[in-house]
Amino acid sequence: MAVSRQNALVPALYRVGEVYRELPDTVTLRLVPESGRRPPCAPGQFNMLYAFGVGEIAISISGEAADEGFLHTVREVGAVSTALARLAVGASVGVRGPYGTGWPAAQGADVIFVAGGLGLAPLRPAIRRVLAERRHYGRVAILFGTRHPAEMLYRQELEQWRRRLDVDVSVTVDHADTLWHGNVGVVPALIPRATFDPNNSVALVCGPEVMMRFTVSALREAGVPDERVYLSMERNMKCATGLCGHCQFGPEFICMTGPVMRFDRIASLFSTREA
Amino acid sequence: MSAGANAVIVRETLQGLLEALLAEGYRTLGPTLREDAIVYDDVTHVSELPAGWTDSQEAGHYHLQRREDDAWFGFNVGPHSWKRFLHPPLEPLWGARRNGDGFKITVPAPGPKLAFIGVRACELRAIAIQDRVFLGGRYSDDTYRARRISTFIVAVNCAQASGTCFCVSMGSGPKAAAGFDLSLTELLGADRATFLVEVGSEAGARMLQRIASRPPTEAELAAARAVLDRTAERMGRRLDTTRLRELLREQAEHPRWDGIAERCLACGNCTMVCPTCFCTSVEDHSSLEGTAAERVRAWDSCFTLDFSYLHGGSVRHSTRARYRHWLTHKLSYWIDQFGTGGCVGCGRCITWCPVGIDITEEATALRAPGRAKKQGDAS
Ligand SMILES: Cc1cc2nc3c(=O)[nH]c(=O)nc-3n(C[C@H](O)[C@H](O)[C@H](O)COP(=O)(O)OP(=O)(O)OC[C@H]3O[C@@H](n4cnc5c(N)ncnc54)[C@H](O)[C@@H]3O)c2cc1C
Ligand code: SF4
Ligand code: SF4
Repeated sequence: MAVSRQNALVPALYRVGEVYRELPDTVTLRLVPESGRRPPCAPGQFNMLYAFGVGEIAISISGEAADEGFLHTVREVGAVSTALARLAVGASVGVRGPYGTGWPAAQGADVIFVAGGLGLAPLRPAIRRVLAERRHYGRVAILFGTRHPAEMLYRQELEQWRRRLDVDVSVTVDHADTLWHGNVGVVPALIPRATFDPNNSVALVCGPEVMMRFTVSALREAGVPDERVYLSMERNMKCATGLCGHCQFGPEFICMTGPVMRFDRIASLFSTREA
Repeated sequence: MSAGANAVIVRETLQGLLEALLAEGYRTLGPTLREDAIVYDDVTHVSELPAGWTDSQEAGHYHLQRREDDAWFGFNVGPHSWKRFLHPPLEPLWGARRNGDGFKITVPAPGPKLAFIGVRACELRAIAIQDRVFLGGRYSDDTYRARRISTFIVAVNCAQASGTCFCVSMGSGPKAAAGFDLSLTELLGADRATFLVEVGSEAGARMLQRIASRPPTEAELAAARAVLDRTAERMGRRLDTTRLRELLREQAEHPRWDGIAERCLACGNCTMVCPTCFCTSVEDHSSLEGTAAERVRAWDSCFTLDFSYLHGGSVRHSTRARYRHWLTHKLSYWIDQFGTGGCVGCGRCITWCPVGIDITEEATALRAPGRAKKQGDAS
């Protein structure tokens, strides 16, 4: 069914309900619709957020509880993300979405979450879903890599997850400080140390593309078949409706068949440079 | 009269058709001379058509020339395509105005309905391809749809092929087969010039009733067929489409791409003139006082570095990767995305490339084996 572009390209108006300062350059915004209820969404999907007069960018949904509106975690890297990250409570934001594919349901399997930096944001709703229905899953591992201990996203929530006995949470940093006693190194190095059944596990991966490259090789080495590995891809995106052409990755439009893509379907593109 | 029916009109009667369309509120657009090229623009009188002119086209070359006769449509396609009207180069999507602590969004009103005079067979196919892109997917473009469904199309069958035409290879021409309301074949008789008219739709049949026409003679029907047969034999270029979809992917590391990259200026002309290229970007503007904002959609090109820019750099930073993406998208990925190829064989990208890069030549060269870099393969 074709969805009317009028609905698809013109944003709906939302208000900033709450701003949580996550890191010096990163905030989580709770966005609530100005009128009516927000549309349903799935973990892994994203919205296009518009800052008045500045521009519109793709931002993953980092929390999806229906009564909290949409949660979006934004890092200030440029004009639009900075404008969004600096919005005050009560400010208006344009929202289009949700768009794209979500993380697969993995009931019955071991689940390995592998996140690098801000890549934890789109995984958080999936992690919350698995932990909320923990008994439907096998072993659960959360492997998270971040640059520096002081730059750890969702630190409190990570602590809560770590305190649970039914989840293996491993965090590694690129650069340690004197207070850090944990792992130092890149996140793929945590994979050989995690316990899971490679033939009955599902890996959900999100982070910078280089990190995902090393992660898929580490998962292959650990015996996880490509069709059990899911990546969330990032490309330049203007419309999120398959009409602007920017997010093409070979024949795929990342906004339509992604951002969450099953690795075996993109493995050859993934190994083509500048695809 | 129903679709497929034929009639003959005296050439000057085309003015009557223009007037009938204008009377119904259409903005009439057709070929006309502007600054050394035949472009599409407002045409309200047949005297504005490029009568007696033709174009000579080769890779990187376009010249206007006088014809020996006074044919009204004796040329091929120029730098413009109809996409500039159906999918405009710049299009305001919506405006926003601050009110209190929020803002309000308004969508621009649609423009007048359009009538295209002189659409060639390859262009009809290009319009059908853009219809699939903008209207056939999960999300569709309402403003495109509004313009498209109200457009009246008068096709013209090509009586000649330019040096860069290859519609026969792409199965899109030279005969206007579908997607028009009326089609015309210009017949330059010894005493009097006429058009053989073919009805393509009910709207076309209704329009035809408003002007003087008569049934065609057998000789006129045969003459129109002969025109098209001659054109088909004179294609300036050929492109073998066998296994193109697979071929381009298999050849992603072919050394030929390096050779093209040495010549390609990454100017993006090919994407601007192509009647099927649809990529766009958006620009956000706001008033100085910050009370009003506007979002404008603009044609974009996969040849720019910005096109694939992500925080930290461009995904396709080399010219090689950008040309490869363009060609592979046109001839291969398009098939996965939209069920048909993205090239209709109009030849514009060949003619308007400043360095004369030729899509047919490049696609042919990629058929030669050559995974490893070999000497002498660079051009
Ligand atoms: C599916 C998806 C999910 C994302 N989720 C998040 C998230 O949860 N949190 C977060 O902080 N960021 C996320 N991003 C990245 C975010 O969209 C970019 O950081 C943002 O577009 C940068 O915009 P900017 O104008 O602030 O940056 P600048 O560096 O100023 O960008 C300059 C220009 O580059 C272009 N540009 C750069 N990156 C992108 C991009 N990804 N898409 C389109 N244009 C781009 C734009 O034209 C932009 O105006 C996501 C991106 C995608 C595709
Ligand atoms: S790729 Fe070139 S020949 Fe093919 S439709 Fe586009 S401009 Fe015409
Ligand atoms: S192929 Fe020709 S027209 Fe296209 S970007 Fe390169 S130089 Fe420009």
